[in-house]
Amino acid sequence: MTMRSEDSVLDHYQAMELAVSALMINKGYFTEADMVAEIDAMAKRTPDIGAAVVARAWTDPDFKARLLADGTAACESIDLDMGPTRLMVVESTETVHNVIVCTLCSCFPRMLMGIPPDWYKSKEYRSRVVREPRVVLKEFGTEPGADVDVRVHDNSADMRYLVLPRRPEGTDGMSQDELAKLVTRDAMIGVKIVEAP
Amino acid sequence: MARFAPGDNVTVRRAFPPGHVRTPYYIRGKTGSIAHVLDSFANPEELAFGRDGLPKRPLYRVRFAQSRVWADYSGPAGDTIDVELYEHWLESEEIT
Repeated sequence: MTMRSEDSVLDHYQAMELAVSALMINKGYFTEADMVAEIDAMAKRTPDIGAAVVARAWTDPDFKARLLADGTAACESIDLDMGPTRLMVVESTETVHNVIVCTLCSCFPRMLMGIPPDWYKSKEYRSRVVREPRVVLKEFGTEPGADVDVRVHDNSADMRYLVLPRRPEGTDGMSQDELAKLVTRDAMIGVKIVEAP
Repeated sequence: MARFAPGDNVTVRRAFPPGHVRTPYYIRGKTGSIAHVLDSFANPEELAFGRDGLPKRPLYRVRFAQSRVWADYSGPAGDTIDVELYEHWLESEEIT
């Protein structure tokens, strides 16, 4: 049983989650150890995985072409475990700024970025970024020009989306590892750009 | 076999069936164009109730001009929103 603080009152969905997981374990679909192992594996994934993919795409044109053509296959080709994730990578350029959202729940490329930030799951972000994306981007400090198309991607079904942000100016001599350190989770969601060092 | 090809104009069905549906409300009844033909996937509307979801349904990435989705959209005309939609939610449409 998952430990919970004794003084918290369960809301409807927390009670349902406990009931369903207890039923699944009692009926033998998986064990409690399986569940703990999965939670641990999820917690170990961080945006560093995605950042390494972005830095590789910036420095290896062949990898970048494969990543944009079939994100799942390209990531598997560099030995990343993609699990059930079907990945679509969208490239931000001088003329297109991409940003991702899941308006229906919290779909997120977890295999590359781990658990999504709380704001990504908030009703406010999910409802406003589709309706007034430039206002939301500005709140994150990002202001694409009027000559740049803002393209919102609603991850609402089976694919998961990762933004390939623009490589900042003045980074020509940097190694993949150095570049990866510049790439943030928020830039791969598309609410920020990657800043020059 | 996918019924639509990139560039085809489509309108999302304005339907409100009960149950688990992956078509966001805000896009129902809106017209856009096919940006990508994705793979075919088991139908989540069936999977949600423990059925097999077969036959698989073609999934599309459909691109909508923001100005056609929100009457009061204030950003530039080139701003778009892409939504993943299953074939059975789409109807052929000519943008007038």
